[in-house]
Amino acid sequence: MLDDKDRIFTNVYGFQPWGIDAAIKRGDWDGTKDLIAKGQDNIVEEIKASGLRGRGGAGFPTGLKWSFMPKESKDGRPSFLVINADESEPGSCKDREIMRHDPQKLIEGALIAGYAMRARAAYIYIRGEFIREAETLFAAVQQAYDKGFIGKNACGSGYDFDVFVHRGAGAYICGEETALLESLEGKKGQPRLKPPFPAGAGLYGCPTTVNNVESIAVVPTILRRGPSWFAGIGREGNQGTKLFQISGHVERPCVVEEAMSIPFRELIEKHAGGITGGWDNLLAVIPGGSSVPLVPAAEIMDAPMDFDGLKELGSGLGTAAVIVMDKSTDIVRAISRISYFYKHESCGQCTPCREGTGWMWRMMERLREGKADISDIDMLHEVTKQVEGHTICALGDAAAWPIQGLIRHFRPELERRIREYAGAGEVLEAAE
Amino acid sequence: MPKVTVDGIATEVPDGATVLQACEIAGKEIPRFCYHERLSIAGNCRMCLVEVKPGPPKPQASCALPAAEGQEIFTTTEMVKKAREGVMEFLLINHPLDCPICDQGGECDLQDQAMAYGKGHTRYEMNKRAVTEKYMGPVVKTEMTRCIHCTRCVRFAQEVAGVEEIGAVGRGENMEITTYLEHAATSELSGNVVDLCPVGALTARPYAFEARPWELRKTPSIDVMDAVGTNIRLDSRGREVLRALPRINEDVNEEWASNKTRHAVDGLYRNRLDKAYVRKNGKLETASWADAFAAIAGAAKKAGSKVAAIGGDMVEVEALYAAQKLLEGLGSKQIEGRQNGMDYDASNLAAVNFNTTIAGIEEADAILLIGTNPRWEAPLVNTRIRRAAKAGAKVFVIGPEIDLTYPVTWLGDDAALAADLPEDAADALKAAERPALIIGGGGIMVPGLQAASLALADTYNLIRDGWNGYNVLHFSAARMGSLMLGWAQPGGTADLAAADPELLFLLGADGVDFEAFSGAFKVYVGHHGEQGAAQADVVLPGASYAEKSGTWVNLEGRVQRGNRAVFPPGDAREDWTIFRALSDALGNTLPFDTLDQLRDAIAAEFPALADEGLAEYEWAPPKLSDGAPSGPIALPIKDFYLTNAICRASETMQRCSAELIHGEEFAEAAE
Repeated sequence: MLDDKDRIFTNVYGFQPWGIDAAIKRGDWDGTKDLIAKGQDNIVEEIKASGLRGRGGAGFPTGLKWSFMPKESKDGRPSFLVINADESEPGSCKDREIMRHDPQKLIEGALIAGYAMRARAAYIYIRGEFIREAETLFAAVQQAYDKGFIGKNACGSGYDFDVFVHRGAGAYICGEETALLESLEGKKGQPRLKPPFPAGAGLYGCPTTVNNVESIAVVPTILRRGPSWFAGIGREGNQGTKLFQISGHVERPCVVEEAMSIPFRELIEKHAGGITGGWDNLLAVIPGGSSVPLVPAAEIMDAPMDFDGLKELGSGLGTAAVIVMDKSTDIVRAISRISYFYKHESCGQCTPCREGTGWMWRMMERLREGKADISDIDMLHEVTKQVEGHTICALGDAAAWPIQGLIRHFRPELERRIREYAGAGEVLEAAE
Repeated sequence: MPKVTVDGIATEVPDGATVLQACEIAGKEIPRFCYHERLSIAGNCRMCLVEVKPGPPKPQASCALPAAEGQEIFTTTEMVKKAREGVMEFLLINHPLDCPICDQGGECDLQDQAMAYGKGHTRYEMNKRAVTEKYMGPVVKTEMTRCIHCTRCVRFAQEVAGVEEIGAVGRGENMEITTYLEHAATSELSGNVVDLCPVGALTARPYAFEARPWELRKTPSIDVMDAVGTNIRLDSRGREVLRALPRINEDVNEEWASNKTRHAVDGLYRNRLDKAYVRKNGKLETASWADAFAAIAGAAKKAGSKVAAIGGDMVEVEALYAAQKLLEGLGSKQIEGRQNGMDYDASNLAAVNFNTTIAGIEEADAILLIGTNPRWEAPLVNTRIRRAAKAGAKVFVIGPEIDLTYPVTWLGDDAALAADLPEDAADALKAAERPALIIGGGGIMVPGLQAASLALADTYNLIRDGWNGYNVLHFSAARMGSLMLGWAQPGGTADLAAADPELLFLLGADGVDFEAFSGAFKVYVGHHGEQGAAQADVVLPGASYAEKSGTWVNLEGRVQRGNRAVFPPGDAREDWTIFRALSDALGNTLPFDTLDQLRDAIAAEFPALADEGLAEYEWAPPKLSDGAPSGPIALPIKDFYLTNAICRASETMQRCSAELIHGEEFAEAAE
């Protein structure tokens, strides 16, 4: 279990004010000038050494991502840091806590990360539905400007850096990094083709890095306490602390900062008060937000909660949004609802996702009732395979994986429903 | 020059080529819907997926992936086959299989590719999506249920036509392509989206349910609606031309055509002259060819050498030459091709030519437009200027303010500005490496403006090594041909009137100031019964551009030949044969009996007209002293859709004019 002294987010529950004075008392903006004085390459190296992997879901090493940014602008184009605060993954609610209770961590991180990647400014793209959070963030940015922490000669470092907050309009797809850039530019939120990658041509065609809120917010603390401290928490390749968001059939749903690689059982017992009805009542867990495949109870119970541990189970850590389902759950209906979400949120740009998400959801609805044929299960699985890996962005994959997980682990349940539905009515003989 | 292998075939591709282009160079067909050579890459249909090593273990969209040194590309593996089948299945689950009642049938990309790359059966048993109709105007008929969301039409409207009026609303499977607020698409190029649409979602409204592509005879021809000389293909069945489609010619029209080019063909069957007429007791009465010729012969005898001829806007070189020879036989050289009375100096052909060439204007880095609306006078020249503007060229305009689809600097509409350019325009032209000037019909008509524009060519050194930036933008298909033949008097038609001819031939000329020729016996040779025929004493029915093989010279001096698609209706004949027959009746037989003999005669006298391609004119501008230009410039074309006899007779063009220019609303009948 993570010691209190090792916590980065000391106000994640909002027990203290979010304002800048309280934040400074908690240690934010302490010696930021000295952190910047480390130099751009040293900061990137330290982040690399800390083992920080992107907290937005894909788990790409953050330091490595920063190192893709150009060291100097050959054609006069500025570089940008874009912070993805469009937290829309069902089950996910960590960035929201950071923004409303500890926004200065994010803003300080933006300055340091922006400096490290030689960015001219940071854009924070915040989800449209986060109205209060956006208000807090706007105010927090203003407070940081007023203190001279950002803006011209930020923190007295001689570096000019601006932070802009931009509100989205509530589309899930705008959390995809290139769709976010399109939306930020004022266009329809549709993912771009890659290559070119944002580090080459991103926002307004300029080199851009898109990072998750949590990835940025942990940066100042890592630099203050040293990369080896951060790397000492969790397993090799999965280091650091992480905000876990536990929801569903647990006694006390919560957002909690824990060490990476904490076993699932320990996470639930310590922080969520256990599974409703006890561990025997656990059916399955979606460990990383709606887009990752579910893991049945027996496999998850003692699994380490980190990128590699969950990948071995055929799932993923995602955003660490742990959705716990006990045996009262209609698992088919749950996955069908997730399919509906992806059908609703598909941007409609490319064919497999636009047409496939609707087809998959309709098939799921049939399977929910059992109004299908056994062979339809295989067909549905094939359709998910036809979507997965064939689309411009990862939404196609995200729509396919939950269904693949369901079929992998709960095929007997699907077949039972089909047989039950078929047996419910009288078997009619054709008249000869 | 990266080297790649495609299915084991070693291929060298140009720098910047995509994997799809590499496959095409290697001779491998890649199915596609959203990709189009002339539009930006969308990569959204996912039909062009191929396997690429090195790369992620999933198929890649070849249209958007740059070809890189050492790539191995596979187009026939199991992964590729499955990917194509998968995408095709997705495209078809919500596409209505209504091919038997779809106008795209037989020329449908989806149909063809489903046969080649699809699975042949469906596993989708649920209801298909249906989309309510969208109204896109008089030339584009929609059936949006068939749409596969390739967004070619959206990209065309934004990138080529330059009007942001087509877009996608909604998302996911509810995404719909529509015009802004479902208003009619106002672009004069909107008809091109019909060709671009890979399915039957956007089809040609005037051509709806007319024919199947395999019933049509396809004849290469040249468009005469403007002076661009759009290369077209006339599709005909029996004696009727049903549609006109563009042919690819990179130098002229690329693969686009304006709405007028496409849809004026229904005017070929209305208001046609299909019999000869002779005026008796003040009324035109039908007559036989022999009677008509006898009447002309009588008038010719009286007139002696006091004969003149005026050429219309759509006449081909052959008819003009035959008429010219007939007049020469009668002892007259009174010929004029500028029927509306323009009298600019045409003594040097280069000085009245579009010298930069249509394709060349894209290279210009500063452009001055004087008295022209290229959007209406030559829509496909306007797209080129737009491309130059997008590439950074500065465009300045002297003339009335209009929307040209690209940003321009308005200098004002006073012709005097040409003699005294404002500073920013002068600086830009001076600094430019490839400066260009385009003077249109509205400009060249103003006394003194031609001289002023030629002076600008000198001042700003528009003619330099490998570059001639002086351009006159004509809007009549016949213009350059008639000027090459010498159909220009120093004073225009006024010179003809001053000579007081007793016999006047009108070659499809409807826009003449007939008052000036009230004393002459008028013979109208043409295809539509309009002002010209109404004024005539004898009417001889001629052939329209679709009904004759002819030579036209476009505004850049490009000699082009079109072929006869159908026969003229009734008694009508090809125009040159009428003059040949008439010459017999006048006892002065012309020395050619076949089209080949006629063309040989033209080639002997005017070698520049012998071969297709750009004619060469020597730059030797006249020294003009007309005084300084002044006064406001007016644009000659008031209604894009009603500029000549054919489009005035066309129901489609009339409706376009009423709806798109005069704002009338048309109620749609419920289907």
